[in-house]
Amino acid sequence: MTIARPADFEAGSLQPEGWLRYFSFSLDHKVIGLQYLVCGFVFYLIGGALAGVIRTELSSPISDFVSRDVYNQILTLHGTVMIFLWIVPVVNGAFGNYLIPFYVGARDMAFPRLNAVAFWLIPPAGILLISSYFISGGAAQSGWTAYPPLSLTTPALGQVLWIVSVLLLGGSSIFGGINFIATILKLRRPGLKMMHLPMYCWAMLGTSLLVVLSTPVLAGTLILLSFDIVAHTGFFNPSMGGNVVVYQHLFWFYSHPAVYIMVLPAFGLVSEILPVHARKPLFGYTTMVYSIMGIVVLGLIVWAHHMFTSGTPPWMRLFFTIATSFIAVPTGIKFFNWLATLWGGRIALNSAMLFACAFIVNFVFGGITGIALAQVPFDIHVHDTYFVVAHFHYIVYGGTVFVIFSALYHWYPKFTGRLLNEDLGRLHFLLTFIGFNLCFAPQHWLGLNGMPRRVAEYDPSFTTWNQVSSVGALLMALSTVPLLINVILTAYRGQPAGDNPWRALTPEWLTSSPPPVENWVGEAPLVTHPYAYGTPEGQLDLTAASGSELWRASQR
Amino acid sequence: MGLVLAGLWIGQNVSLLPVDASANAPVYDDLFRVLFSIGTILFLGIVGLLVYSLVRFRRRAGELGDGLAIEGNLPLEIVWTAIPAIVVLFVGIYSYDIYERMGGMVPLHDHSSMHAAAEMASVADVVINTSEERIWGGIANAGIAEGAPQSPPLAVDVTAIQFAFLFHYPEGDFISGELHVPVGRPVQLRMKANDVIHAFWVPQFRLKQDVIPGQPTLLSFTATRPGSYPIVCAELCGPYHGGMRSTVVVHEDDAFEAWLASNRPAPVTVSAATATPFA
Amino acid sequence: MTPLTPETSTAAGAVALPSPNGAGHESSHDEGHADVRLFGLATFLIADGMTFAGFFAAYLTFRAVNPLPADSTYELELLLPTINTVLLLVSSVTFHRAGRRLLSGDGEAARLWLLVTGALGAAFLAGQMVEYFHLPFGLTDNLYASTFYALTGFHGLHVTLGVICILIVCWQARESGRISASNPFGLEAAELYWHFVDGIWVVLYGLLYLL
Ligand code: HEA
Ligand code: HEA
Ligand code: CUA
Ligand SMILES: [Cu+2]
Repeated sequence: MTIARPADFEAGSLQPEGWLRYFSFSLDHKVIGLQYLVCGFVFYLIGGALAGVIRTELSSPISDFVSRDVYNQILTLHGTVMIFLWIVPVVNGAFGNYLIPFYVGARDMAFPRLNAVAFWLIPPAGILLISSYFISGGAAQSGWTAYPPLSLTTPALGQVLWIVSVLLLGGSSIFGGINFIATILKLRRPGLKMMHLPMYCWAMLGTSLLVVLSTPVLAGTLILLSFDIVAHTGFFNPSMGGNVVVYQHLFWFYSHPAVYIMVLPAFGLVSEILPVHARKPLFGYTTMVYSIMGIVVLGLIVWAHHMFTSGTPPWMRLFFTIATSFIAVPTGIKFFNWLATLWGGRIALNSAMLFACAFIVNFVFGGITGIALAQVPFDIHVHDTYFVVAHFHYIVYGGTVFVIFSALYHWYPKFTGRLLNEDLGRLHFLLTFIGFNLCFAPQHWLGLNGMPRRVAEYDPSFTTWNQVSSVGALLMALSTVPLLINVILTAYRGQPAGDNPWRALTPEWLTSSPPPVENWVGEAPLVTHPYAYGTPEGQLDLTAASGSELWRASQR
Repeated sequence: MGLVLAGLWIGQNVSLLPVDASANAPVYDDLFRVLFSIGTILFLGIVGLLVYSLVRFRRRAGELGDGLAIEGNLPLEIVWTAIPAIVVLFVGIYSYDIYERMGGMVPLHDHSSMHAAAEMASVADVVINTSEERIWGGIANAGIAEGAPQSPPLAVDVTAIQFAFLFHYPEGDFISGELHVPVGRPVQLRMKANDVIHAFWVPQFRLKQDVIPGQPTLLSFTATRPGSYPIVCAELCGPYHGGMRSTVVVHEDDAFEAWLASNRPAPVTVSAATATPFA
Repeated sequence: MTPLTPETSTAAGAVALPSPNGAGHESSHDEGHADVRLFGLATFLIADGMTFAGFFAAYLTFRAVNPLPADSTYELELLLPTINTVLLLVSSVTFHRAGRRLLSGDGEAARLWLLVTGALGAAFLAGQMVEYFHLPFGLTDNLYASTFYALTGFHGLHVTLGVICILIVCWQARESGRISASNPFGLEAAELYWHFVDGIWVVLYGLLYLL
């Protein structure tokens, strides 16, 4: 076995240098991935600042900090920015683009140009969305769900800009999805079978299927909605014979799958991170694959659980209750498999691991409240209250955002060749975890006791817990400070990581860090056992150069 | 075992809900306690397992090796497919039962929905049926207050507008900005919206129903505890959505009759304070 | 934190297998792998089909639950759309012919068939226009009128795009052009798209006119 030292292929000679290429129409999947990541992070700060406005307003029971219609604009922007410009682009676009080509052993995505187009749709769409706040009439103010007829009666320009922006982002997401499907199914290096792929590939395959099947429905719906606003048709306008509930069905046909679009990739990332830092194989690979596909199928047929009070017929409520509850089964398989992955490992409790484990805690909590919400009689009381707000922040923030942070600590050395500072990382973790729970746990109680969501003013008896929640949000805002310091300082003077600081076996680590332009200097390695940690020597498949073999080779 | 007991204890003894003031609220609270118990058990169990693993299997200084090379265990995986499946099946059936007891499965408004469906034969010749309005959804009366509903339900027409609820009492033909109901007698709210979607919610009744323009809905309940409780609009309906609140006053029977009587003479009594709660 | 020394860690990561040959890799992005463009297009068409599926579902729901107001009209003639349907179906056949001709090396015949297809498509669009002008209702008259125009209009946009693609392909397939028997991608892609648009029309015709 020949071993090439990094000196043989100094990164500098292969990769065009300079930060300017991150502002260019680059076709390199790694550059595009980082473009997604940084762009998404900027929007996270914007969305977080908007959340700051929300929490400031809500720290007193009267509407004093911003006016009521501005509050609704802020709320709409917050939801839209966080979902369409932060979570979806980052867990799909950023990590998907960076990692998938490595995992399938390709030098780039199937359609590099389409890939670049998909990314470059995002900044204009985001700028359009944010700038709509400054036009006369202001931004859309009907929530991220834009239910008609409210969205038909609020100032039209803002709502139309919102629609255009979401259409662009949806288009970007569809292009990305097509690219991922083609890359995973068609671009695998010879010899690499589907069941050899790291779990993140499966997660992205499932996610991309959902994107391709459901996002177009949202696009069509929003086109109809814009007709109602601009051309005065009456699809969703009851005063013209239209039907408002049809919009809700169509909207949730996309937006429920969208929640799995936001979380399946995160599941995939966790499946990559846990085995490495626990130094154990991923438990139950095959059942993991099936459960991803199970979630995809179930995810497409549960949408009406958002509409239990919308006058849907009883049989429909019953069906959607059952279908929704059953999502706990495939999801549960994944969680128990992760616990089993940790069991008996040699767990390194670094920042990446801390965030990943906190993800498990938060998500299980949010998932259990989700199962409760799926029960019609329960939901009838708490629908559209802070209980729901708490549920989904536990999942999107406690779940997905925690995973994004974890992934950042895990792959930062890959991106830059330097390790993030552990002390700052743990501080970041601690602040985030405490702030997060302080912010969102009390909201369950608020919802149960009568505080509806999307209000700028509330019953004074809820003041205390709202203030606690606001303090939690403040802690979360503070927690970004150590993160930012860490990320920026480390880029210049962090501890060099070497090429494979975690001794990981997945293929992205079997090259230099940061990787050369076309990922590998020679041919791509064939990794058939991406999680073969701890495999006894005798069981190695010697015909293939598996990851574990590489790992052993370097040990000698 | 201790875990299960702890979960059950917490589920039964921690109270997170406001007082119950309608016939279905105790039923709801039963469901809540069950869900809360199950949730607590699962959550504590999983977190306990996680924390235990993190402590027990943490990497100590200087350790370089790997963990055990376990890639899976089919029986184990079947077990943890089966457990959640059984749990959710149980929860699903149980909540169905609760829903039935709340009246959620009672066919709405007898004939009208059938009627409308039969007429859909062809788009071209469907004509709006003006004689009788279709009820699109909601919760009908059920025998929750067992034996009690001898008295016919009190019907109230609710109109939701930006940003107030108007309650029209057919008995006496007047409009009020507050909802007054007698204790122990079923009430049937027939709800309509004129502009955008609103939602009628009384937390103490554990009931909520969207009020949808173009699609009248129905909400039935029986109040059980005299007092006044907030009515909250729970669906974003514009800038003053947060101010769209009112009160439901549950009277003893004679007090209710007195209230009805005091309102009857005056043709329209909109209590100014509640009709414009955001003043 | 991993207690690894830098040496071990670099060694572990720097392995390039199976043939680490110091030299930079030459393959370019486009030749590096099999041609998956048709696959990508097919995936896109599935997505596009879902947009239509959403519209169809909305239309069917409207029909099932929203009665037409008493004083409004929504009447469709059958003759013209049926002719249009036949035109489109024939055009799928002619497009297929064009593809066959191209592959067998007869570029001229292929272009001819393409032009026939394009003409059929244009005729379809013309027929659609005629229908629009003779309908007794306008876009905003009522729910069904709006839905009718939205559905047929969205489909018409697809046909228009298809005709444009056909013209482009036709231009590229001329002698010494970019499309030939050895490089038929453009034509195959346009053909796939065209069949898709036809298929959608058949469903649309069934739902709007026949149901
Ligand atoms: C990433 C995003 C995400 C994810 C993954 C989920 C996951 C789930 N969600 Fe959530 N949800 C949202 C984001 C998400 N949700 C958002 C944004 C909203 C609000 C939208 C709006 O109105 O603005 C919402 C709203 C929402 C509602 C509507 C509430 C209402 O408006 O009235 C419901 C109702 O059923 C629901 C249910 C569920 C369920 C059952 C799951 C399940 O997938 C959870 C499954 C997971 C588990 C159960 C935990 C792990 C399992 C085990 C450990 C096994 C053992 C467990 C049991 C046996 C119970 N969600
Ligand atoms: C998908 C991801 C996501 C994420 C990550 C978040 C993150 C947060 N959300 Fe979000 N939220 C939604 C999605 C998300 N939210 C959605 C979909 C809705 C529903 C909208 C609707 O109803 O239509 C919602 C609604 C919502 C509400 C309900 C409002 C209402 O109903 O009236 C609240 C209230 O507390 C809230 C709070 C927060 C807080 C405190 C955070 C915090 O976690 C944020 C922490 C981050 C920061 C605080 C950033 C820190 C950085 C700075 C402060 C730097 C300064 C900035 C610059 C220099 C530019 N959110
Ligand atoms: Cu009415 Cu909110
Ligand atoms: Cu959902």
